[in-house]
Amino acid sequence: MAHISVKVDGTAYEDEVEPRLLLVHYLRDRLGLTGTPVGCDTSSCGACTVELDGASVKSCSVLAVQADGGEVTTVQGLARDGEWTPLQRAFHEQHALQCGYCTPGMIMAARDLLRENPDPDADEVREALEGNMCRCTGYQNIVRAVLAAAAASEEVTA
Amino acid sequence: MTDQSTDRDTEREVGRGRLRKEDARLVTGQTNWTDNISVTGLLHIAFLRSPMAHARIERVDVSPALERPGVVAAFSGRDLAEGLGSLPCAWPVTEDIVLPDHPPVAVDEVRHAGDPVAVVVARDRYAAADALEAVEVDYEPLPPVLDLEAALAEDAPLVHADKGTNRSYVWPLKTGEDYEAVKRRADVVVTRRFHQQRLIANAMEPRAVVVTPLAASGEYTVYSATQVPHILRVMLAMVTGIPEQKLRVIAPDVGGGFGSKLQVYGEEAVALEVARRLGRPVKWTESRSEGYLATHHGRGMIQDIEVAATGEGRLLGLKVELLADMGAYLMLVTPGIPILGAFMYPAIYKMDAYDFTCTGVFTTKTPTDAYRGAGRPEATFAIERIMDELAAELGLDPVEVRRRNWIRHEEFPYDSIAGLTYDSGNYEAATEKALALFGYDELRAEQQKRNERGDTVRLGIGVSTYTEMCGLAPSRVLRDLRYGAGGWEAASIRMLPTGKVEVVTGTSPHGQGHVTSWSQIAADVLGVPFEDIEVVHGDTRAAPQGMDTYGSRSLVVGGSAVHRAAEKVVEKARKVAAHLLEANENDLDFTDGVFTVKGSPEARKTIQEIAFETFTSHDVPDGMEPTINAEHLVDPENFSYPHGTHLCAVEVDTETGRTRIRSYVCVDDVGRVINPVIVEGQVHGGLAQGIAQALYEEALYDDEGNLVTGTMADYLVPVAGDLPEFVTERTETPATSNPLGVKGVGEAGTIASTPAVVGAVVDALRPLGVNDVTMPCTPERVWRAVHSAKEASA
Repeated sequence: MAHISVKVDGTAYEDEVEPRLLLVHYLRDRLGLTGTPVGCDTSSCGACTVELDGASVKSCSVLAVQADGGEVTTVQGLARDGEWTPLQRAFHEQHALQCGYCTPGMIMAARDLLRENPDPDADEVREALEGNMCRCTGYQNIVRAVLAAAAASEEVTA
Repeated sequence: MTDQSTDRDTEREVGRGRLRKEDARLVTGQTNWTDNISVTGLLHIAFLRSPMAHARIERVDVSPALERPGVVAAFSGRDLAEGLGSLPCAWPVTEDIVLPDHPPVAVDEVRHAGDPVAVVVARDRYAAADALEAVEVDYEPLPPVLDLEAALAEDAPLVHADKGTNRSYVWPLKTGEDYEAVKRRADVVVTRRFHQQRLIANAMEPRAVVVTPLAASGEYTVYSATQVPHILRVMLAMVTGIPEQKLRVIAPDVGGGFGSKLQVYGEEAVALEVARRLGRPVKWTESRSEGYLATHHGRGMIQDIEVAATGEGRLLGLKVELLADMGAYLMLVTPGIPILGAFMYPAIYKMDAYDFTCTGVFTTKTPTDAYRGAGRPEATFAIERIMDELAAELGLDPVEVRRRNWIRHEEFPYDSIAGLTYDSGNYEAATEKALALFGYDELRAEQQKRNERGDTVRLGIGVSTYTEMCGLAPSRVLRDLRYGAGGWEAASIRMLPTGKVEVVTGTSPHGQGHVTSWSQIAADVLGVPFEDIEVVHGDTRAAPQGMDTYGSRSLVVGGSAVHRAAEKVVEKARKVAAHLLEANENDLDFTDGVFTVKGSPEARKTIQEIAFETFTSHDVPDGMEPTINAEHLVDPENFSYPHGTHLCAVEVDTETGRTRIRSYVCVDDVGRVINPVIVEGQVHGGLAQGIAQALYEEALYDDEGNLVTGTMADYLVPVAGDLPEFVTERTETPATSNPLGVKGVGEAGTIASTPAVVGAVVDALRPLGVNDVTMPCTPERVWRAVHSAKEASA
């Protein structure tokens, strides 16, 4: 067992974990943070994407011990006092989700994109989301949502 | 205090692009997927699966696994067979169908890679997975059965030796004149063989099941990532012998299905059986790679198709011979999938003869079953592709050859040659609109220029003028097709004392937005605010009656049931209102949720007030049951027949074989639209899956029967950059067979798009001598097609 201390969505945790425990299983099974789902076992689908120390990672491809001393943000930590982020609002308003299973990962990956490129065009959005699969939407409304969130964020900061 | 205000926006809900009620939980991660469920004492199940396609099981010893830390129990197939019957096939399509036994865990023989052979139960998922390696199994390899034609040869090795054949059934449909007779008077006959590759549905949520027992009373709650909680309950009762009233099945949040969760899976039965034996709650969640072997596949057919036509391109007859890959076992509706297609090969066209035969064939591969469209995409692909070939043969434009054969709008209702009655449609209108949006003539002109220049990147244009039968289904038709259940759907409306409303539906959504759309339907009929309605679904105790969600049936059948149930509520409320207002029922108007007496509009009662009055029942009409709640079951009188015209332009690089979709335009007619935002989303997703079959996806097996596309890294599910921006429009010809005028939309995009894309690829290469490319049209296949055509012409 290894000792880890990690901050997740603003709460500090200290835990003993098996060295092989995946970060996503630590979040889901140990912390009960089931908002981050698992969609595959080959780090192909991106459903489990979270932020680790400010960068998006697929939490199925990170060991819990690698998050030791780090700070994790999941989809459950985005809203502040019930106020959704521009991306969460845009996914709703643009009908960018159907079953919603890929949505947490899509939103987390899109956050990463908008941090690096606050004003992307549609092709840049499609390219940036290449690690995230959606089987319901055909991606068109996801692209719309990310563009809409970018526009809304600009309005906020302007 | 009761809230009896009627501050409802008077704009009608039906037709509005309401944003979804479902989204709030999903964008914040407050979800309830089956794998999220955790209860005290939960044990985890893992399955040991066959590494071989076909083998006799000589010995299984699970006892070494019991020595592993955290392992609570382990079972072989033989151990479990004492409590579990064969998994069900509810659609034996012919009287003499060969229907093999299907133990949930293999006992004597494994028949596909991934067939389970043993089960380990442990205190966490890691411990269960670890202990699988301790189970000892001796296999005696048997020859795999992989090729559909070879499987039918006299001396072929058998998937089920006790059955003496790999032929499961032969299902014929011959209608109209004799095909051979009409063929003799044809000027042109076109014959093709098309391959429908196997596909994997890839719902983003892997399958999962949790069973919590109340051992003392013999009650069990089964949570499953299923499309069909109601069907699952009936079938689990039959497979396990647990009395049906002791079983409660819940489909919590379900992350997509596309037919892959329209199933009664062995893992569900095993989880229930293990919970029964151990008296402990259990969970199983598939890994994605496990799911590729264990979750049923779709498609998998060889289609021999022939059309006979006049020199003007008028169809005389159509002949189809199908070989359909059943895989190793017949699962819930495996044999029926190609039969759903049987009625759709004639599509929107008029002809004099139709001759169809389907042969179901066993192979040592993962069983096939429903995948989005289920039989109808295959049919639509074959007919649309051969219409292209007929056009090419006659030197006609592919749109023109369709126009010469399609049913004209004034001919509806129309009895198709396959025996369906198409109630409504307007193929001319959808096609004209699509051609204009697409810029068809301009693209043809550009194509001609580029062909004349001999461009290495060719432009191709594909067209698909599809229809489909959906909204499963009239129960009597299902009887005639030997389907083991009905096609009705149930809804009930509960008017709560505070004026709020619960709509209870038998449909089981997993992304389709029923909560939102059903709220819109009920809001209009009841005249209550959209926000005041909650929709209850996916729990056999809370929504006890239903036939669930598949086959684009939910809105057509289930939505109609909601509509009718709400009408019944209003009729009951009218009696109470008349009594309270001391008026004759016929003298009451009902608008926007308010009953008024004709001529004296100050005398009024809101439906919310009536709900409260009925709750107290202090003053309801004599002899009336003290409720205005109502239930309604709809058994549809016909299928619904969405149709449309899809146009695709591709750029094909003849040097690299790469295909890029340049534009995609579709005009769909799904009848009246409840929520245009949701409908557009359904079309987008359908297109993505149809395009994926055309260009990207294929479940491939090697010569030993191993699934070589066995992980998500090997099977090409398209991502955002692989798909174009779609242009989607609609025409609206209401269905006449349901009160809402709606047609199904869930599968239409998938059914329509595959031939439009492949047709475009072939169209691009036709000047080079290519007249077909096998799906998926990968760069390699396209390149090879170009080069074999070159060699042939050299």
